[in-house]
Amino acid sequence: MKYRSAFDIIGPVMIGPSSSHTAGAARIGRVARTLFEKQPKRVVISLYGSFASTYKGHGTDLALVAGLLDFDTFDERIRNSLQIAEKAGMEVFFQTEEAVPEHPNTVKINMFDDNENEMEVIGISIGGGTIEITEINSFKLKLSGDPAILVIHRDRFGIISSVTSVLSTYEINIGHMEVARKEKGEMAIMVIEVDQKIEDKVIDELRSLSNVSRVIRMVE
Amino acid sequence: MFRNVAELVALAEQHQVKIAEIMIRQEIEVSGLTREEILAKMDTNLTVMEQAVERGLGGVKSQTGLTGGDAVLLQNYINSGKSLTGPLLLDAVSKAMGTNEVNAAMGIICATPTAGSAGVVPGTLFAVKNQLNPTREEMIEFLFTAAAFGFVIANNASISGAAGGCQAEVGSAAGMAAAAIVEMAGGTPQQSAEAMAITLKNMLGLVCDPVAGLVEVPCVKRNAMGASNALTAADMALAGITSRIPCDEVIGAMYAIGQSMPSALRETAEGGLAATPTGRRLAAEIFGKPKTKLKDYLV
Repeated sequence: MKYRSAFDIIGPVMIGPSSSHTAGAARIGRVARTLFEKQPKRVVISLYGSFASTYKGHGTDLALVAGLLDFDTFDERIRNSLQIAEKAGMEVFFQTEEAVPEHPNTVKINMFDDNENEMEVIGISIGGGTIEITEINSFKLKLSGDPAILVIHRDRFGIISSVTSVLSTYEINIGHMEVARKEKGEMAIMVIEVDQKIEDKVIDELRSLSNVSRVIRMVE
Repeated sequence: MFRNVAELVALAEQHQVKIAEIMIRQEIEVSGLTREEILAKMDTNLTVMEQAVERGLGGVKSQTGLTGGDAVLLQNYINSGKSLTGPLLLDAVSKAMGTNEVNAAMGIICATPTAGSAGVVPGTLFAVKNQLNPTREEMIEFLFTAAAFGFVIANNASISGAAGGCQAEVGSAAGMAAAAIVEMAGGTPQQSAEAMAITLKNMLGLVCDPVAGLVEVPCVKRNAMGASNALTAADMALAGITSRIPCDEVIGAMYAIGQSMPSALRETAEGGLAATPTGRRLAAEIFGKPKTKLKDYLV
């Protein structure tokens, strides 16, 4: 089921005017920042479908940038996020795309740091402020914004089991899990949605596993 | 977990509890939070709704100037004692519009189920409150009942205007409100389902055609009609009127209609009221250039 909580329906508390185009956009921006693990230096935001045609009226641009600045959906600074980003030294470019996306509210966010390291995140806003991340660096996946761990690792035998055995040691239950890779033996990605809060020591232990290059904790 | 309205009603009947209670129990299970934490979270949302209504009734104006102040006009009219439809209905309408006027002005609101449709549930709640005198707990339950019905629509159809048109937003909100009003007024779980079915049937096909892509015109007034639709349907269900088409099938119809709706009528600001001469003129005034393409003039 796409919606799991009563608060997906009654909520979020947010700055208007649109739950999908404003609050959802802010959430996508914020998840993208979490995935990038820092504030990007430069961001290219590509808007598709309804996002492309109505982003100005809905403040979608303000909200996406607010999310990238780590603001929540009810943060009154959303209204001035473009100026705040400029002051914070985050360069933002917007472009609208003609291509027809699978979901009408789709955005692609390309983030760059000082050393031109890039990350590409594609997100969709499916209604009422609920979002999904559908792609990270061309890896197709599904990340709903619920508590989750993202593990980027080399595609080798035994890594999935070493990650899950760490979780099992800490009695953390896995609700949903996905693995993806681009090419055999190259970089791979694991998305693990969990029921419990994940402590720092769990993340540290996962980071110390061999062949694991990055571990990102996603929180609500 | 209940998957449809029939299961939801059956659970409430089987356990002899309100629909709100079924939603609360499910939330405890899914979230891992305690009952107290969950009720407190909804209490916070209720407070946000209260403050938005209050702010709207005080008079707000959006940045574009397209909307704002209508909630006040209606309150003044109610106070004149000349209203034809009666004070409770118009109070709900005024509070629904007030909330959406705050939303359009980029104020703080609680999405129910979306921001564009955020007026209907609080508008009706704070209007029936004056007649039914509920406790704070009962007002929180009202929101859980609304959530339960919205949950079914969201998972079986859509609550997104871009995916399913306005029927998915204001239509869903009105259906949720109607069901919650019935429960607060002492109706049965089945009567709540009937009220939602009757409401939704009369919202089917409603398109999402915001002028200039803004959540202002016609959204504010659609919330007004959503609130009055919900109250009328709630009264009908409480009178013993049932829907010939079961609630879950109405939701199914709503989904199918949304699927076959052209993109121009799903929150792209390319069709419907957005494409009227006045709609286009307003868009041009606000954004400096028309949002239409040359080919639109050559048809």
